[in-house]
Parts: sequence; C-alpha cells; structure tokens
Amino acid sequence: MNRIKNVFEKKQKGLLNVYFTAGYPSLHDTVPLIKSLTQAGADLIEIGMPFSDPLADGPVIQASSTAALQNGMNMRVLFRQLEGIRNEVPETPILLMGYLNPVMQFGVENFCREAAEAGVDGVILPDLPLDDYVAEYQEMFRRFNLRPVFLITPQTAPERIRRIDELTDSFLYLVSGPGTTGGANTQAEGVQEAYFERIEAMNLRNPRLIGFGIGDKASFQRACEYAEGAIIGSALIRALEGTDDAPAAAARFVQSVLK
Amino acid sequence: MPTTYQQPTERGYYGQFGGAFIPEMLYPNVEELRQQYLDILADPAFQQEYQQLLRDYVGRPTPLFEAKRLSEKYNTRVYLKREDLCHTGAHKVNNTVGQILLAKRLGKTRIIAETGAGQHGVATATVCALMGMQCIVYMGEIDMERQKPNVYRMRLLGAEVRAAMSGSRTLKDATNEAIRDWISNPVDTHYIIGSVVGPHPYPDLVARLQAVISEEMRKQLLEKTGSELPNYVVACVGGGSNAAGAFYHFLEEPSVKLVAVEAAGHGVNSGHSAATSVLGKPGIIHGSRTLLMQDEDGQITEPYSLSAGLDYPGIGPLHAYLADSGRARFISIEDEDALKAVAELSRLEGIIPALETAHALAALGQLGAGPDDVVVVNLSGRGDKDLETYLKYADTIL
Repeated sequence: MNRIKNVFEKKQKGLLNVYFTAGYPSLHDTVPLIKSLTQAGADLIEIGMPFSDPLADGPVIQASSTAALQNGMNMRVLFRQLEGIRNEVPETPILLMGYLNPVMQFGVENFCREAAEAGVDGVILPDLPLDDYVAEYQEMFRRFNLRPVFLITPQTAPERIRRIDELTDSFLYLVSGPGTTGGANTQAEGVQEAYFERIEAMNLRNPRLIGFGIGDKASFQRACEYAEGAIIGSALIRALEGTDDAPAAAARFVQSVLK
Repeated sequence: MPTTYQQPTERGYYGQFGGAFIPEMLYPNVEELRQQYLDILADPAFQQEYQQLLRDYVGRPTPLFEAKRLSEKYNTRVYLKREDLCHTGAHKVNNTVGQILLAKRLGKTRIIAETGAGQHGVATATVCALMGMQCIVYMGEIDMERQKPNVYRMRLLGAEVRAAMSGSRTLKDATNEAIRDWISNPVDTHYIIGSVVGPHPYPDLVARLQAVISEEMRKQLLEKTGSELPNYVVACVGGGSNAAGAFYHFLEEPSVKLVAVEAAGHGVNSGHSAATSVLGKPGIIHGSRTLLMQDEDGQITEPYSLSAGLDYPGIGPLHAYLADSGRARFISIEDEDALKAVAELSRLEGIIPALETAHALAALGQLGAGPDDVVVVNLSGRGDKDLETYLKYADTIL
C-alpha cells in the first residue's frame, strides 16, 4: 500500500501537508497532534525528528527542536509513541523529516525497519546527498517500502530535477525561494511564480508540494495555484507556542488555513 | 605509503571521512566550487596574483626561528614557524587571500565567514577591504565577549559582525549561521570557510591554501639543518587549518612524526573538553562526515576550551583520517597547561603566542624528542587578542 500515492489520487488540488516537531510543545503531544491535525483536515503529516543543529531550518523550528530535545525526545521515544498509530490514523500519509546524523547513529537500517513497522510512509533527510542515497540506501528504502522525498530549489538545474523525479515515487518538495524554513518571501515580484511555472512545465512524474514561507490561508492558496498543495511548518509551531492544549491549537490553526 | 593523505577522492573522502552532506539549497554553490577550484588554483594568472599577495601583503615567507632557550629547556632542537608574523597575526590570512581571489573568479560580490577566536574573521574582513567586497562575519555571542579586540578590528575593517545566538553560542553555532546565510543568498555570495572543515571541496581547498606553510618549512629546514625533513611537526587543532598547512608536505614522509594537539579544556574526561579525537565518533557536522563529539542519539554536544579557536566539536576529515589511521599522534592539553606555555614562550623567547598556539607549545614535554631531533612547532598566531584572558589568569600564568 502506498498511502502517499493514494492521497494524491484521491485529491488532486489543495493538499495540506503540516509539519510539527516531535516532542514539542511537550513530550507526549506527538500522537494527539497527529490525530487532531488529521481530523482538522490535514492531508499529510510530517513529523520532525529534532536535531541539535538543523542547518536548513529557521529560528522557529530550531527553537522547537531544542525544546523537544530538552523534553526528552529521541528516536526510540518517537518510535514507541508511534506504535499503534495506524489503528487510529489508517489512511493519512506520515513522513519523518530530520537530519542524517541522528539517523546514522540510530542505524539507517534500524531506522527504516522501525519506521516501516510504525506505518511511516516517507522520509525527508535534507542533508542526505542524492548519490549517497542511491549508492547506500535506495535498496533499503525499497525493501521497507519507504519513499524518500527530495527538495528542489530555484537553483536546482533541470537535469537534476529530472533525476530527483526519477528517484522517488511520492512527491517533490519545492522550496519556495532562497532561505531556511519560516522565512518570508523576499523575491522580486514574478520571480517565484516564474520558478513554479518552469517546474510545472516540465511535466514531472511526481506531484509537487510547495514549502518554506507558507504560513496562512493566503499563502497556502497562492501556492496551491502552482502545485498540488503546500507544506506548512513554522507557522504551526508558532501557533503551538505557549499553549497548554496543543491538539486544540493545532486544529484551530489548520481550520484557519483551510476555511 | 598511500597517497590519499594529501589527496581526497573525487567525492572528497579521506578514508571513511569527508563527503558533502548538504541540503539541496547549498548544492549548486558547493558543486560549482567543486568543479572549478582545482582549475582556478592551477591557473597561472591566479597563482601569480596569489603568490604576489602572499609576498607583498601577507609578508611571506614567514621566518623559521631556532628557539635556543626553549630548545635548551626541552633538550631538543625546537624551531618555530612564525605564522604569527603574517599580516593580521595568524596563519588564517593564507586561506582568505586565496579564497577571495577564487570568489572574484566565481563572480561573487558578497563574502560571509564564521569565526571562533576572531582570527579568521579578521583575516576575511582584511581581504574584503583589500578587494572592496561586502563582508559579513558570524561569531558566537560568547566568543564576541572573550575576543573583543578582534570584534573591533573586524568592524574597523568595514565588516559587519553578526552574533550567533543559538546553541552554545560559539564557533559551531557561528558556522551554522553562516551556512544559513549562504542558503538565503545562493547567487551572489561566497562562503570563506576558515578551516579544513565543511563539505567537500572545502577541506581540500583550505588545506591547499595553507600548504604554503610546510612548503616553506622544507626549504628553510634544508638551509638551517641540512635536511628538508624534521623529526616532528607539532600544531594545534581546532578544525585543523594550521595543522593541515604545517603537515601537508610531510604527509607522505613517514619519517616525519606529525603531532596534532587538541584542547582538553578542564580535562579530557571532565565533561568540559574539546578533545574530539578522544571524545568523538564518526558523525556529520557542517556537511562533513568526521569525528564528532555527540551523544548516543547523534545530537552534537557542546565542547569546551578556554581558547575560542579550539572550541569546536569536530575536526576536519583529513585529521579524522590521520587520527584513525595512526599517521598523526594526537595529544590533548588542558587550559592550565596552555596558559603556562604562554608564559614560558613569552619569557624564554620574547614571543607572546595565541592561546590556541600555546596548546601546541605545551605538548613539547610529551613528545619524547631526543637532543638531536628537530622539532618544528607551527606558531600559528600571536597573543595580542588574548591579553584580557591572560590578565584574568595571571596567577596561573606567572
């Protein structure tokens, strides 16, 4: 079963992928957040595995990662929390996002096995180079039926985009512009649109989700004009800051984007 | 001897260490650099400009000084490679002069850098002033406090110094912030990394630009001792750029013992240390697979050293390979012994070394060198920037 493929077949437009950091705001929010985000209408769930030095992330996700680590989150705790999640959330694709070092220390094969057993569908490791993926991990990912998701940026060359498109069977993560997660779009008018249209015109195999700098209903809807959907992370984390009812705050946030 | 100590593989590996573990946002810049750096470095026009600046601006060749009183004390023949006499006061400028010329050839107009002790930041700000380029230096908030004179120097040179406020607020975090800046400015910006760290090709690029140190050593040793080859070369290692430069032309000479000196902080097992070769295991930091101080979950742990330039949880992949293969011996020196070595060199030879460099000097007693052995210590930097620290620890030092 490929839940990622299914969700894109069922719904061709306006898909919402939400990111949150496992163990934030408190250690045991992971499963309640998955449930409330799904019930509120999120189409895909991306769970961040916190790392001490998240290079591709802006200050909001960095701070949530630091807090999650202080709360005691780690890979073993996360996989224990995810046990049985598929009884409660059977259809919604779940992806794990994180950095290579914690995965390497856990053991890549162990990681794949535990992820597959928990019912995880896809993995995003921004600092895993394509060549290393192909040489060392592709076979392993296939064996455990895990799909890699790769990032594409405005500077990614067309032939490299084609290669990325060939290497996965999930979706393409279009980084909206230069910058880390949670930054505002500072590009001149038309630049971002031209980039999205250039990718659209390539007629790629995989559907596309646009991420980085998408944070509310307006930016979500604009992104959806150029792709099957969009990814929101930092804005959701901000909505969870300081709340004592994270699932309720998360549901309100999703509704504010989708209403 | 394998020839791989000097030359990493095409994908940037020294043994199992190296590579380029970077997010897609950095790929075009790093790939452009990878494809062009060897051609640019080999270009005669580049070499002419680089060599001329090294001579007329940096002040190379730097002297190789026979330290007679220090030699007497340790009953061996100690020579000091005087990188502290380079313009800006440390070896760092060898690299920044080369990289700014490289950046110009790549068509970049904006320069970013990270700095720990501030020496690399000053060296970058200096060459940016020389070339009229915009310069932004990231520096940990704690390091800005303990290396104030260098912050003022960078500002005087026209650079903008941005405080890194995340994590341990030291060199690791300054490097994170510089990388994030590069992600946000992918077109016009070149990142001048200050050490033999980061994704391939940086470790090789910086090692090649620092290799002038050992190239000169060989000529000077021949003149002074009758042999190009010493018995020992000793250098301190944070990320490892001065050690890479001092070792480079001796890497394939098995008779030359290479000694890398790390900062033990309060003691290797005290929980407050930066002795990566002892405390680290293979992991990924700043785009490179190397020895890394980390917890069992792969989270990078915070190193400690009194010296801001050695306070880094990794080492360059070349050094990880030298440690792993046994080609270099690694020694770690505690804060207090480094401080004592500051006083010793000051009073025996009239040279006040940087706190980083003092770690290398403090290892002299542990080498086991005999009276006829030739020991070259790379005197990587001068101590002016550390006077405030030396004053604070005057009781230990004097």
